[in-house]
Amino acid sequence: MNIDAHVGTAGGDFIATGVSKHYGGVPALTNVSIRLEPGKVHALIGENGAGKSTLGKIIAGVIAPDSGILTFRGELLVLRTPRDAIAAGIVTIAQELTVVPSLTVAENIFLGSETATASVVHRAAMRQRYDELAALAGFDLHPDTVVGALSTAEKQKVEVMRALSRKASIIIMDEPSASLSTSEVGVLHSIIRHLAASGVAIVLISHFLNEVLDLADTVTTLRDGSLIATAPAQECTERGLIEGMLGRSHTAAYPEKVLAPTDAPVVLDVQHLSAPGVQDCSLQVRAGEIVGIAGLVGSGRSEFVRAIFRDAPLSAGRVVLDGTELKKRSPSVSIREGVAFIPESRKEMGLLMGRSIRENTALSRLPWLSRWSWISRKRELAAVTEQVAKVGVKAASLTQSARMLSGGNQQKILFARTLMCTPKVLICDEPTRGVDVGSKRAIYDLLVAKAQEGMGIVVVSSELEEILGLAHRVVVMRHGQITASLDGDNVNEQAILVAAFADAPSA
Amino acid sequence: MTNTATNDLAPVREARLGIRLPAFLRSWRTTGILIPFLALFVALCLKSAPFHSTNNLINILGQQSSTLCIAAAFTLVLVAGGIDLSVGATYGLASVVGGEVAMHHSAGLAIVAAMVAAIVVGLLNGLIITVVKISPLITTLAMSFVVSGIALRCTQGNLIALPSKGAFYLLSNLHFLRLPSCVWITLAFVVVLALLLNRTTIGRYMVAAGGNMEAARLAGVRVNAIKLSTYVLSGAAAGLGGCLDLSRLLSAQASSGGNALTFTVLAAVVVGGTSIAGGEGSVWRSMIGVLFIALIGNGFILLGINTLYQQIVLGVILLLAVGLDSWFRYRQN
Repeated sequence: MNIDAHVGTAGGDFIATGVSKHYGGVPALTNVSIRLEPGKVHALIGENGAGKSTLGKIIAGVIAPDSGILTFRGELLVLRTPRDAIAAGIVTIAQELTVVPSLTVAENIFLGSETATASVVHRAAMRQRYDELAALAGFDLHPDTVVGALSTAEKQKVEVMRALSRKASIIIMDEPSASLSTSEVGVLHSIIRHLAASGVAIVLISHFLNEVLDLADTVTTLRDGSLIATAPAQECTERGLIEGMLGRSHTAAYPEKVLAPTDAPVVLDVQHLSAPGVQDCSLQVRAGEIVGIAGLVGSGRSEFVRAIFRDAPLSAGRVVLDGTELKKRSPSVSIREGVAFIPESRKEMGLLMGRSIRENTALSRLPWLSRWSWISRKRELAAVTEQVAKVGVKAASLTQSARMLSGGNQQKILFARTLMCTPKVLICDEPTRGVDVGSKRAIYDLLVAKAQEGMGIVVVSSELEEILGLAHRVVVMRHGQITASLDGDNVNEQAILVAAFADAPSA
Repeated sequence: MTNTATNDLAPVREARLGIRLPAFLRSWRTTGILIPFLALFVALCLKSAPFHSTNNLINILGQQSSTLCIAAAFTLVLVAGGIDLSVGATYGLASVVGGEVAMHHSAGLAIVAAMVAAIVVGLLNGLIITVVKISPLITTLAMSFVVSGIALRCTQGNLIALPSKGAFYLLSNLHFLRLPSCVWITLAFVVVLALLLNRTTIGRYMVAAGGNMEAARLAGVRVNAIKLSTYVLSGAAAGLGGCLDLSRLLSAQASSGGNALTFTVLAAVVVGGTSIAGGEGSVWRSMIGVLFIALIGNGFILLGINTLYQQIVLGVILLLAVGLDSWFRYRQN
């Protein structure tokens, strides 16, 4: 099949052909082709790191593909910047909304495209344009409301109207319902249907399969940067989509669980802890135990573990580590006492991206590798070499900077850093986010091995798979509270989802 | 047919080459200052006979000793993600305090008084920045006004002149191996700071705090203490510079140093390739930066070029240095 054939059959279609993208040697997207049709909702699904957002960003001109071509309405399309894409009628509504909180609804919508003569804004003309737009979208937002005062769903409406005002013919929505409440999701869905009915092509990137099956006309499944299947939504089932996304059975990807003995000592005892975003949460972890913390994004999981690490002020409760209470709000003290923490975002909160593997790995252990703060280079090199080999970092040399490594290797460096301090308790927030499949398995093996050595491990994860595959016991959070604590046979997808979506504490 | 995904088309465009390794980057930072410096040095040697006389070179080193000290500590402040615009004013305060005390008391007491005054300024800067959390730019800018005002109050606007051949004179003017003591003191101070940055935990923590404050904190680095220490060092360096110049010149006034010194130091450190965004920097490159700017000044005078152009040249060089730095950062992302 060639491009001319596409052009001949579909005038208004957007076609991406053979698109590939690499990040520092790691393929994010490999030879993917996709066609968007006017008036249709095209869903992109896949696990974290499957390449959905990368593909969305390529369509939106945010990133340029390494290879491949884009055509729109039969013409070759070269998108150098998001501005080019907007000019072509392609607009993104990102997960993090891009409205200016201090401006009004109308000002936000017409930002950059004000009706004006010599920079003097024509208010009456703008109001008229706004009214036309509101009628088109079917919204009833007041144009003079300050956007900062709106709910997330209303802000999304503003973004949709902005997209419409730019005569968008393709709208890319990246996880639009992730931060919405149930009733708001309903509103969003009717907006999406309305937009599609008016002839806009919609790219829907979503984790929620029921939403996808409900809204989409076509579903494209991606896995590890490759296109697995594109099919009409009527022919898809949730089960089939999951199989396509995972491409493997559940159990093969995870090492065998070795449960800790029931009389193992409690190494971490969190008692009725309250902190910003966390209310009255208790948690006990025994030596050798892997405890999973599940819940939706924003349910307070990260806030909870950061409070345990004493990186947040506590309003109530206490954290006891192996008999010692962590009284002071200080990560450095927590590390010294024996808690290690791997934050959810290695780029923003974990690594010094411009510095070497060696510096990144040794950072938490330096007091032990120095005397009178003078670093013993020999001891440092030996310790780092040993630890990096243990966690299986693949790199040309220890002087390589963290930026040059793949996501998996970057994550392994964080593990090397924390394990160097031989903690009693290891807390990892999203330990395998944006990590390739091979490194994922290596990280799972590492966690299981450390647990068997007697470390208490807490794993926070958005991937249900991961929680089910790793954890001996699962705590589910919602709205900053623990809604369920599951162990043994009670640990299953159903129970976790019920607790994650439940409104009242049920356990 | 809703859509047919075609994965059989060969990639149209070859994948672009990845960005070069940081080893190249680092060497760029090094060569970026070293080559212009050496070129200028050789050019001046060829063009001007008086330039490469030993006396002229020793003079340059002596004149630059205070700037070198201040630039060394300033580098640490930048590396740890801060900035200190009060160094010029603190230098002025230290020399004035030292001068006032030296007129009536011993030279040793004068040095102690000057150093204490300067370190207190640094400590205040650090505390305001880390505890009150006002931005370093604003804090140290405001501090420079306050400190200049205090210095002016100390002298009531007068010039302080110390007797020649007094005890204080000896601080900068003892000679060893033809070099005056101010050069030796500077050398010792700079070497200590360079080792501090490169070989100690404190230096690593400075790099970490400036490179990614959140990551450093979560890795157990006490970021506030580290930042505070850089401002204290910066204050101490300004104090030392004030004392050295007071001893060299035997005069001080509240307006000496000031913004001109601050911006010369800032320019030298940035020309030396230390990133203004923090997390990266080298003391010895800053030293080359200081000497580079000094050579430009010295060369313009020796070659008889209107010194008017000196400022223009300096400005252009500064823009080039910062421009290249941000261009590399942009490429990295």
